[in-house]
Amino acid sequence: MELNVLFGGRAGDGIRQLGQLWARLLARRGYRVFLYDDYPSLIRGGHNFTVVRASELPVSSHRERVEILVALNSEALERHRWRLEKEGLILGEDLEAGVSVPWKEIVKEERAPAIMRNTAALASLARLLDIPWEELEGHLRRDLPKETELNLKIAHRSYQKTSGGVFRSLPVLSQEPWPTFFGNEALALGAVAAGLKLYVAYPMTPASSILHYLALHGETLGVTTIHPENEIAAILCALGASYAGWPSMVGTSGGGFALMVEALSLAGQAELPIVIIECQRPGPSTGVPTYTMQGDLDFVASAGHGEFPRVVLAPGEAEEAFRLSAWALYLAWKFQIPVLVLSDKQVSESLFTTKLPLDEVPRLEFKAWAGGGEYQRYALAPDGISPLAFPGDPQAVVKVNSYEHDPYGITTEEPELIAQMQEKRFRKLSLLKDLLDAPAWVKAEGEGETALVVWGSTRGPAWEVARALGWRYVQPLVLEPFPERALKAALEGVKKVIVAETNFTGALVRRLKAHGIQVDHQVLKYDGRPFSLEELEGKVRGL
Amino acid sequence: MLARAKDPLSTYAEITWCPGCGNFGLLTALKKVLKGWQEEGALSRLVLVSGIGCHAKIVDYVAVNSFYAIHGRVLPVAWGIKMARPELTVLGHAGDGDAYGEGLAHLIFAAKRNLNLTLVVHNNSVYGLTTGQFTPTSPKGFKGRSTPKGSPETPINPLELMLASGATFVARGYAGRPAHLATLIEAGLRHPGFAFIDVLQPCYTFFNTYDFFNARVKELPPGHDPTDFEAALRWALKWDYSQEAQEIPLGIFYQVSKPLYEDLVRVSPKEPDLEEHIKRLHS
Ligand SMILES: Cc1ncc(C[n+]2csc(CCOP(=O)(O)OP(=O)(O)O)c2C)c(N)n1
Ligand code: SF4
Ligand SMILES: [Mg+2]
Repeated sequence: MELNVLFGGRAGDGIRQLGQLWARLLARRGYRVFLYDDYPSLIRGGHNFTVVRASELPVSSHRERVEILVALNSEALERHRWRLEKEGLILGEDLEAGVSVPWKEIVKEERAPAIMRNTAALASLARLLDIPWEELEGHLRRDLPKETELNLKIAHRSYQKTSGGVFRSLPVLSQEPWPTFFGNEALALGAVAAGLKLYVAYPMTPASSILHYLALHGETLGVTTIHPENEIAAILCALGASYAGWPSMVGTSGGGFALMVEALSLAGQAELPIVIIECQRPGPSTGVPTYTMQGDLDFVASAGHGEFPRVVLAPGEAEEAFRLSAWALYLAWKFQIPVLVLSDKQVSESLFTTKLPLDEVPRLEFKAWAGGGEYQRYALAPDGISPLAFPGDPQAVVKVNSYEHDPYGITTEEPELIAQMQEKRFRKLSLLKDLLDAPAWVKAEGEGETALVVWGSTRGPAWEVARALGWRYVQPLVLEPFPERALKAALEGVKKVIVAETNFTGALVRRLKAHGIQVDHQVLKYDGRPFSLEELEGKVRGL
Repeated sequence: MLARAKDPLSTYAEITWCPGCGNFGLLTALKKVLKGWQEEGALSRLVLVSGIGCHAKIVDYVAVNSFYAIHGRVLPVAWGIKMARPELTVLGHAGDGDAYGEGLAHLIFAAKRNLNLTLVVHNNSVYGLTTGQFTPTSPKGFKGRSTPKGSPETPINPLELMLASGATFVARGYAGRPAHLATLIEAGLRHPGFAFIDVLQPCYTFFNTYDFFNARVKELPPGHDPTDFEAALRWALKWDYSQEAQEIPLGIFYQVSKPLYEDLVRVSPKEPDLEEHIKRLHS
């Protein structure tokens, strides 16, 4: 049982909100939903559309074809008519065929702002899907705290005026309803669950909504949120806080991350814990700001001058986003290293239903200085992890340094010390490999002899396609250090390896080959759009 | 041992400034301040942050908490420390290339926000560590290694800039007068809000300005009212950082009180009830 609805209109028509209201309504009826949002980089005009896929089973991708097309203008109809299934329904205003409801008139008569047509459209859709008015009213009261009465009036009139009978009934499912999260909300909450105290970020799509979310809910979540003058200030502020004992995180997209790179290297040299979330969008340069691409893996994995250990994690949907950002904070502090979480527009700005595993994620911990003797910030510990003390401790003088330094943190140019310190830092990498090159960090499902291998957001469609074709599904959650052993284990018995990713040059393909894993086919997409379910299936079937 | 047995405020690090460098005067002033903090048992609450340049070496020389940062980025690091631990006192040491060139945006914003920290700029009007190029405060015509025909630019006046940006404490000191400078730094540290101190620091090797400054520096008259913005600005404009000046005033030009950034923005850490939050917002 599945239902796909596309909402289309102009930017400023409230399309995304409409889709989100619809998705939440279905989620509360027990459906698992996925919302894909396609919008241009402008505030008014242009064409926006949102696809909401609802199913009994968990979903994290959208279909190309829909059963219902809700058109808030004629352009939406023209652009998307091809997507409509044979028995599909068109809902709009002044249509030649389909269900027409005079939303504009209703909104005008109520002297409401034009954007409230979206509430009217929602009510019509609810009516056609046999959702009782009382239920819709309850949702609107919860989800529209502003101008609630006016919205309800419009919704009610539109509900009444929608004729044409019931298009389809959507039974309330008996399974437990799951909450809804945008990927960025899950990224924020994961870090909070692990013990985040400070988030610093300069706005950049598609990372901005982490900033907005934490700024709005910081008091509740115990997180200080700062919007500084630029990304350079953002990461240095976060590093200052980390030195003083506050778990901190920054978030940005590729261009902003480029500005942070000098400080990333500082984190490597000074051994300061930090989490960096990089939400990819198509590049190079300003690229295509509101669309998606997995084009920054090489950049993120190798950014920063000099050599230092780091971790790169890549979630593919909201639950993974939650888990991995919690793990990122944990790993950053456990190993005193920078940890990067590589998301993209498709993960960050899509809406998912999921039960966040609140009790399964690690809480931040670190090797604390036990006191006694003189403190050395960079003590040459056998495992490379020097105990942490923080400024303010009357027993310790805590000196961190961007120059190569001796155990006290004093600048050095001595060859033996330079070598020792480099070795000390890289001892942590062996520990990291032991921890991360393990089955838990490579998702593997199915037994087939053909494997579909993906990373990040391509997970959404790939997981379903692999299942449908009886293939093996393999997805590394960690990309640096690369989980070679675990991947080889996951691919044991596989005769054909197919890799799909949304970039031009095949970053995962390159990595697999470098680690001695044969790749038989690569399926690449680089038009800024994610793979839809049908598209990916069409491209890999028969390979 | 990090600290020297005979001089526990100093580390064992060898001082590598050129003989005659103005930074020695700055170090003398700093150590005078540190001694006071040590006597009060408050030294562990102090944190120094530096950029990169000759000036920045100062943090290696004192046995105090420090973050030896990167070029131009003293202020955002200091800001982060302060957000995490408002009970700490944070003192930044930047070069003029650092603060007025590479990291200028941070300076204006630190003043605008009234961050509760102190910034001492070792202003030698030259890039010392990279061997003598012109900086934002070098006089017009300055023959540096990147401007062999003389700097084509007029210098900025950092005091004027800080007054315009909303700094709540604006002062100028001179490395040749360490005792006076120590009082300025101490006053800056006690000032609640952003305390900015431009320190005239001769670079013995690349821009020896001792004679120029010795002949011209003069403390502000006792009658100067530091809460008077117009008066502060007038005094700040007395010298435009050129080589033509009769008199170069020293002292606290301006000091007023404004709300602190950290009080407005900082959220006290707490254990969040995520289950409740998700139920309320996401279900
Ligand atoms: C990003 C970056 N650019 C350039 C440098 C090279 N560099 C080191 S110190 C310095 C200038 C120092 O001048 P200033 O800040 O005035 O300090 P001083 O040496 O005069 O005390 C420069 C350009 C650097 N370390 N980092
Ligand atoms: S180059 Fe100038 S500023 Fe640097 S140590 Fe020598 S005299 Fe001092
Ligand atoms: Mg200088």
